[in-house]
Amino acid sequence: MMHWIIAPVVLPAILAPFIVLAARYHVGIQRVFSLAGVVGLIAICAGLAWQASDGTVTLYQLGDWAAPFGIVVVGDRLSTLMILLTAVLALFVLLYAIGSHWDARGRHFHALFQFQLMGIMGAFLTGDLFNLFVFFEVLLIASYGLMIHAGGNRRLRAGVQYVLFNLLGSTLFLFALGAIYAETGTLNMADLAQRIALIGPEATAGIRIASVLLLMVFAIKAALVPLHFWLPSSYAEAPGPVAALFAIMTKVGAYAIIRVYTLIFGPDVAVTDGLYSNWLLPAALVSLAIGMIGLLGARKLDRLVAFSVIGSMGMVMVAISMFTPDSISAALYYIIHSTLAAGALFLISDLARAGRANLELTEQPPLAGAPLTSALFLVAAIAMAGLPPLSGFVGKLLILDAAFETPLVTWTWAIILTSSLISVVGFARAGSVLFWKAKSVPYPENTIAEPAPSPLSYVAVGGLITLLILHTVFAGPAYRYVAQTSDALFAPEAYISTVLSTPGKLSKPKKEEK
Amino acid sequence: MEFLVASAIGTMTAAGLYLVLRLRTFPVILGMSLLTYAVNVFLFASGRLTVGAPPILTDATTYTDPLPQALVLTAIVISFGMTAVVVMIALGAFLGADDDHVNDPARDEDESGEEQT
Repeated sequence: MMHWIIAPVVLPAILAPFIVLAARYHVGIQRVFSLAGVVGLIAICAGLAWQASDGTVTLYQLGDWAAPFGIVVVGDRLSTLMILLTAVLALFVLLYAIGSHWDARGRHFHALFQFQLMGIMGAFLTGDLFNLFVFFEVLLIASYGLMIHAGGNRRLRAGVQYVLFNLLGSTLFLFALGAIYAETGTLNMADLAQRIALIGPEATAGIRIASVLLLMVFAIKAALVPLHFWLPSSYAEAPGPVAALFAIMTKVGAYAIIRVYTLIFGPDVAVTDGLYSNWLLPAALVSLAIGMIGLLGARKLDRLVAFSVIGSMGMVMVAISMFTPDSISAALYYIIHSTLAAGALFLISDLARAGRANLELTEQPPLAGAPLTSALFLVAAIAMAGLPPLSGFVGKLLILDAAFETPLVTWTWAIILTSSLISVVGFARAGSVLFWKAKSVPYPENTIAEPAPSPLSYVAVGGLITLLILHTVFAGPAYRYVAQTSDALFAPEAYISTVLSTPGKLSKPKKEEK
Repeated sequence: MEFLVASAIGTMTAAGLYLVLRLRTFPVILGMSLLTYAVNVFLFASGRLTVGAPPILTDATTYTDPLPQALVLTAIVISFGMTAVVVMIALGAFLGADDDHVNDPARDEDESGEEQT
């Protein structure tokens, strides 16, 4: 058995306590280890993604206990793609945190950062629903610490809301898990997939409730309207680099929906037929619209970016809620784009703090380093709003194309196109107030010129933008890869048989003979 | 017994939800605790209620499902830790702003209270 698949969880889990215990007073040493850890993670995740790219499903049985009894970690195309995306985003966020000295403004930034990565990696890799809950809690408890990093009353208050909302979500998750266990007697995803198919149409009440509860939990994580209220305040008040890392956290919800609702409660499962397909697409369209209208109405740059995240999650959910191979591959392409674009925008909104009293979209003297910041903002805004030539446009085109198969195709097209227009107006307004109108405002008397952000900060943002451009240039290969991924999701036999038929302790003897 | 446990879970959930919808941190945190108690009992009951049977397979014909007990233990530990975290953050927010409401501050306060770094 190969042990590399557990490394993305174990490596940060070892590094984080090391950083707390051995390097707590030395920011320099913390930075070195944290950075080395993330670079190592990228290498490991790239290796795993390469290994999974031919369709192999890698299984790791913890303690060598066989699947329905023991906890398993599973690496298929989707999981390894997501962990690679996480590791790459984490590298640039970490570079930015170091370059902007955010990590020195409070304590334990790097340790919490590593714990957060551990939780995210685990959530993407696990093959067990209860373990998914545990990793959700790991990533959440680290995110609570990161969210209130560097303190401040308003940030603490937003932090309280964020923690309470997520605690409610966790309670709901446990209710859903209890109901699923009571109905099926297992929480292993592959085992569940087999057992759900056996449930007859006469005894479906419990499992239908459980599946909707579970969907609600993931919708909270994915900030789907009307469960999005936690997002704007907490993302806007969180430190810039932390908010950029949080860009992947909403995607954990999207990932969980894709995984659970293709593998376990798949589109052709009779038990949950027509249960959520009726309202998931309308809810996604409403969150797309609310995100983009909120973007236009936002009075502060950080809130504007937070609403753009809601909008782009709405776009992802529009694609997911159609549950066809085409739409899931469009969703996966858009998830990569949206993570990179949201990360870049949160970092840029932090760059825009240099030389400004606050991030209100009002006329203030030009910010320090304005030329470069404004250029980066332009590119990131084009990507996020989905204008050509960047990947947002390609992703939106794929989603529009996939929408032909749904009965709501007119609504989908109308809302996607209108909300794009609204977001273009919103970004253009924000950019012109921040960067152009500023030229007409003189500096107040005897102010000391604020230093421009450090070159490393620009390198980090530039790196994310470069990745966005690469995601556009290599859209063909990228789309082919995500299309293969989504085909594998709709033919989960390889996944299920790998998980359940690999021998281990407690396997039935007949399986060991194979 | 099923009715007793089910109605206890229902009552705790209802009381917890009512408290969570209040505006101040103390009732909200109490409500969260009630909800986690409810969910712990619910998880426990998800393995069917069996009285006086060991949670291991023995020669006896009846046994209790051991898995929900492990799930409940994990859930208790996690909810305990989370409650401690939210109490600390809420205390910090209360001591810093002298205000224990959980909603967003009003708009005017929003502007005057602007501080960064």
